[in-house]
Amino acid sequence: MSRIEGVLKSLKEQGRKALIPYITAGDPHPDQTVGLMHTLVAAGADIIELGVPFSDPMADGPVIQLACERALKFNTSLRDVLGMVKEFRKTDSDTPVVLMGYLNPMEAMGYEAFADAAADAGLDGVLTVDLPPEEADQVAPLFAERKLDPIFLLAPTTTDERIRAISEHSSGYVYYVSIKGVTGSATIDVDEVARKVAHVHELTALPVGVGFGIRDAETAAAVGRVSDGVIVGSVLVDTIARHQTDPDGLRKALTDLLHPMREALDSLS
Amino acid sequence: MSVKLTEEMLKALPDAKGHFGAFGGRFVSETLMDSLMTLEREYLRLKDDPEFQATFDKDLADYVGRPSPLYFAERLTRETGGAQIWLKREDLNHTGAHKVNNTIGQALLASFLGKKRIIAETGAGQHGVATATVCARLGLECHVFMGSEDVKRQSLNVYRMKLLGATVHAVESGTKTLKDAMNDAMRDWVANVDETFYIIGTVAGPHPYPLLVRDFQSVIGRETRRQSLEKTGKLPDALVACVGGGSNAIGMFYPFLTDESVELYGVEAGGLGIETGQHAAPLCAGRPGVLHGNRTYLMEDENGQIAGTHSVSAGLDYPGVGPEHSWLKDIGRANYVSVTDEEALDGFRKLTRIEGIMPALESAHAVAYALKLAATMDKDQMLVINVSGRGDKDIHTIAQLDGIEI
Ligand SMILES: Cc1ncc(COP(=O)(O)O)c(C=O)c1O
Repeated sequence: MSRIEGVLKSLKEQGRKALIPYITAGDPHPDQTVGLMHTLVAAGADIIELGVPFSDPMADGPVIQLACERALKFNTSLRDVLGMVKEFRKTDSDTPVVLMGYLNPMEAMGYEAFADAAADAGLDGVLTVDLPPEEADQVAPLFAERKLDPIFLLAPTTTDERIRAISEHSSGYVYYVSIKGVTGSATIDVDEVARKVAHVHELTALPVGVGFGIRDAETAAAVGRVSDGVIVGSVLVDTIARHQTDPDGLRKALTDLLHPMREALDSLS
Repeated sequence: MSVKLTEEMLKALPDAKGHFGAFGGRFVSETLMDSLMTLEREYLRLKDDPEFQATFDKDLADYVGRPSPLYFAERLTRETGGAQIWLKREDLNHTGAHKVNNTIGQALLASFLGKKRIIAETGAGQHGVATATVCARLGLECHVFMGSEDVKRQSLNVYRMKLLGATVHAVESGTKTLKDAMNDAMRDWVANVDETFYIIGTVAGPHPYPLLVRDFQSVIGRETRRQSLEKTGKLPDALVACVGGGSNAIGMFYPFLTDESVELYGVEAGGLGIETGQHAAPLCAGRPGVLHGNRTYLMEDENGQIAGTHSVSAGLDYPGVGPEHSWLKDIGRANYVSVTDEEALDGFRKLTRIEGIMPALESAHAVAYALKLAATMDKDQMLVINVSGRGDKDIHTIAQLDGIEI
């Protein structure tokens, strides 16, 4: 069983929901990322989604675009990000880490070199925003051999047929994008998300994480009620942006954001 | 290592996943997949629908003014001393460039799909103008995304779009040029996918765009083929077209791909010189990668971050290129070369002074290379330059380079 499956299974047995924060690696500075990952875990994270900065983040809104720009000022590369995961693993062997990014940095590194380095770093899953399963023939076997979970997106526009097919290609969990839009944009319609996620559950046995538009304890709880976990991104990245020069203040602000979400999720059980 | 292409081989491309050999495909976030699959299905159906084709042909004739002339540039030929130089006059199209061939086709598709809101990206503003134009004609809501650098460089076209009723969104992210405009157009599309049709301006983007844009632009090559036979009794020996995303070039090349005797030259923007890194020539100096929904030659750094580009011509200032060109390069069917900003400006001046035709700075790249090429060819050979657009929009840029305020 992969580390992701293990964590999600044990949460399920306890009737709890996963809290999955996202930050962009290298933001505000590459030296801070590993420390921030530990902060996220201390504040209640079950799984970490670590963004790989890309020059052209087409599926992201301004908040994460700017995070990419900050990280790229220091030339944060995919290799650097895997180095951060490896460093994190030295003192945390329990919390799964999923990379979230775009295909081109991986393609430039070479799929096999990436898969090797990822396995060596102790990475658990890979979510490539612009890689639908139809184009994943090359990476799928490389990931499978190294027990890396491929995590794919489901969207409000995904047909039932595709939900089934995408789930076939996924392991760990599937990521349901709650809105039609880029990261950090609209506020979500909780009832609509609940209806959709319930439907996704009918079509796949995999755990379903829901992301985009979760910004506080209230939305976290509402979405947690119908899913297996919530992914929180832009609101954290925005907090990082506001505390770029104040590492202590940043740690506290992130903790203050995540704690109430953790509590709200745990009060569901 | 050139491969002899047959009609059969061409019919099989792109394949069912939108691949041209190792290139192309559909690399987008999941939200867009359903829309792209619907568009593909509908296009494959309409492509052979007599009513759709008849409407398209009629619009090209009566609204765009096609066929565009194939003109023998007698004086330019004499001055150059070599092959006969002919010009395919896409600059005479309504709105002043080849871009309108494609926007007519895609707007027609949008109507068939019942979409009332149109978005587009633009670099030089020619595609933006061509999109705003067809939207005005069909009463569609139009939003054009344009890098803020290009908004400055191409202010005339920005105003034209506004007069036509379009909303122009200046894009401030990244390098503030065409690639960033395309990023923002895709972001808008994801957010408004149900009611929006994205009219992509070149043969790039996710499948089926490279296919349908090529089909709509192929009218250029089909006419050139017919006109060439009518006027000279033979096919041209060489075709020269500039390559930004590659739509005017593929439109010119495609109907000649199986004619082995016809040499194809795609001219990329060499900017300040390939060796300076300040250029926009992915086929000449890039490597394969994935951007904007397809796998193709790109300009990128060693970490896979997309590189900034430079060209005096906004319409060529793009780090990628249509996937079919990447394929044509790899199989050796087409030659991809570059000329610098300087050379392109010189091409602009020559065509203006010798033939009284002011080409767009994009097209001036093709002119500059063609003059070098023609000089190496025999007098009984024939070369066609695709004059993809007219130069009015670039007058400010050229005046500025000459140190003149207008
Ligand atoms: C006149 C003209 N030619 C060429 C281009 C480059 O585009 P493509 O390579 O798709 O023909 C442009 C783009 O704006 C243009 O306006």
